Amino acid sequence: MLLDRRTFSNRRETALIQSDEESPALTQEFIVANRMGIHARVAAQIVKVACRFESEVLIAKSEVSANAKSILDVMTLFCPYGSKVFVTARGSDAAQALNALAALFQTKFGEP
Amino acid sequence: MNDNSSLTIRGIGAAPGIAIGKAILLERGRVPVPHYRLFGEQAVAEECKRFEEAVCEAESDLETIKKSIRSEFQEHARLLEVQQMILRDPSIYNESLRYIREERSNAQLAIIKTLRKAKELFNSLSNDEYAMSRIADVNAAGDRVIGILAGQNHTNLEHIHQRAVLVAHDLTPADAIQLQAGRTLGIVTEIGGSFSHTSIVARSLGIPAVTGVENAARLIAENDLLIVDGRTGIIIINPCDRELQFYTNLQDEIREYLKQISRHAHLTAETLDGHRVGAEANIEAVEEVVAAKDNGAEAIGLYRTEFFFMNRVELPDEESLYRDYHDLAELMAPSQVTIRTLDLGAEKLTSWCPTLEEANPALGLRSIRLCLHYKEIFKTQLRAILRASASTRNIRLMLPLISGMGEIFEAKRIFKEVQAELTQKRIAFDKDLPFGVMIEVPSAVAVADLLAREVDFFSIGTNDLIQYSIGIDRSNEHVAYLYEPLHPGVLRFIKQAVDAGHDAGIPVAVCGEMAGEPLYVPILLGLKIDSFSMNPVALPRVKNLVRRSSMKECCRFVEKIIRMRTASEIQQAVSKMVMRKFPEEFHVFDPNWIGNTTLPVMKNPG
Repeated sequence: MLLDRRTFSNRRETALIQSDEESPALTQEFIVANRMGIHARVAAQIVKVACRFESEVLIAKSEVSANAKSILDVMTLFCPYGSKVFVTARGSDAAQALNALAALFQTKFGEP
Repeated sequence: MNDNSSLTIRGIGAAPGIAIGKAILLERGRVPVPHYRLFGEQAVAEECKRFEEAVCEAESDLETIKKSIRSEFQEHARLLEVQQMILRDPSIYNESLRYIREERSNAQLAIIKTLRKAKELFNSLSNDEYAMSRIADVNAAGDRVIGILAGQNHTNLEHIHQRAVLVAHDLTPADAIQLQAGRTLGIVTEIGGSFSHTSIVARSLGIPAVTGVENAARLIAENDLLIVDGRTGIIIINPCDRELQFYTNLQDEIREYLKQISRHAHLTAETLDGHRVGAEANIEAVEEVVAAKDNGAEAIGLYRTEFFFMNRVELPDEESLYRDYHDLAELMAPSQVTIRTLDLGAEKLTSWCPTLEEANPALGLRSIRLCLHYKEIFKTQLRAILRASASTRNIRLMLPLISGMGEIFEAKRIFKEVQAELTQKRIAFDKDLPFGVMIEVPSAVAVADLLAREVDFFSIGTNDLIQYSIGIDRSNEHVAYLYEPLHPGVLRFIKQAVDAGHDAGIPVAVCGEMAGEPLYVPILLGLKIDSFSMNPVALPRVKNLVRRSSMKECCRFVEKIIRMRTASEIQQAVSKMVMRKFPEEFHVFDPNWIGNTTLPVMKNPG
């Protein structure tokens, strides 16, 4: 399989979605707010940040989700300006991972 | 065939001028890929290893390219990082290995299959343009590995004999130095900005160049006819007759204007009211002396010595440095040659000094700090410089990135030590060799009055002074918009440094990009800069504008703008002034002027 695409249930607010394992999964909704959307260099930023954490990190857009640690996965998600995405982190450092990614989205990846 | 099949694409205008010619693609034609099935477990294991090694090599190639990018301008290092990530992405890396193991494909074929699959995935997206760019990113990474597996060597520019427009993903610094003005009509690259290596070299050779053209190597085919407009960043592939005519006329016009200016390039840079300034060249190789002199350089205001230290395995020895400096001094004599000591960050010297974990290399162990830390490297260079000064006595020594008096005392102590050694060995040198410093750090401006008493000249490095005084890294895309040469703070700093220098009776030069930007001529004149040092190609234009300016008027103008509140107010005032005084400069050269990031307005062809 080239890409492992999981179906993903959207949740609007930050919430615990699955607590089946020891570590809970956290999800938060974001809007892609930089004008150029998630292009290659932005995707690289996301991957770089996601890879800093042990947790599994997923980005989902309209039922399709991508592994945030794979640049190809993130790039094929195609998120232009204004896309609504859900970031989910699951693992021991899920909260930190989500915070770190939130910081990226909130600062619009440092772009206009 | 449709006659109107011309295609216009856009990049960053990196070196002005118009080039019209056939395209030559550098190393982008995909090599024929052999297809075969592997027999036996051992063959599979070997092929996996071959693949893994090729990926490692591709990775380290990218790393090398990243390192060779001038540290100030790292913006395209990020694109190389994207490629590095793609190489290691499980969807590419693991998938290729899977093809080798499960389908017993040879490595190249496995990569091709993986790339094809990735392409399908991107193609299923709704946005073609986005998909195309991302496919290009992925293919570029894959092609690099395929090329390595095929044992493909980098095309050597020296083998290209046609006069043509070079189209490439990127030119390595090694490629860039091999460029020849006569043979290369123009340059188009996919990555790089106006300050990438390619752009800097292209400008210095007067070759029109457009960089940052996404997919250029894929949209342009070998032998396509190209129009490259290095002023606006526009490239027209297979232009129609009307477009050709428009650009041929424009090309003639620019040539004519340049010819006219060049005819006067040897004249002194003296204003209408008799104020004379120096017009000097910034160069980084002895070979550039000819271009410098042809363009009317009266001296070398900045000789960058970094090239000699980069891209090599061992430190250059004193003898080779000496020969280099000696040749330059002899070629330029009796005119002066200002040699700047090593201005590199530790990250560029990893083969000789330990890799440092620096969170912030721009504020780290670099330049004069590095030299004072690794004293032997510094002393070797000083010895070479001193020895080279012996017969012609036209060398000036310049220290970069000085931040205060402490560094001057320390550097002078070492300088004296080296002089004493030479004297003891009865080796001749110029005992009056002028000792100057670059003003690039705000603290140096603050203590400029103290520095001025200790040194023989100042040279303001505006690029770094702007970055350090505004506190931004201009290669950082998030804050690059704050890089404003006309920031009132920057202009005040320059004024303060000039005044401090003049109070102590020493001359003050500018050797940053500001000096070579014709539109800043009235400002720098009004700030009472004594000499302008710049890219040789910029000299005729700058000299021309100096000769057409009035010093009195410029001083009045600067008094006015230095009280303005924002860079944009100043920019407007300057634009207006220059537009009124030098209208033909605008017509021929800068539809969008450097420093202004808005997209250029395209004149209607025909």
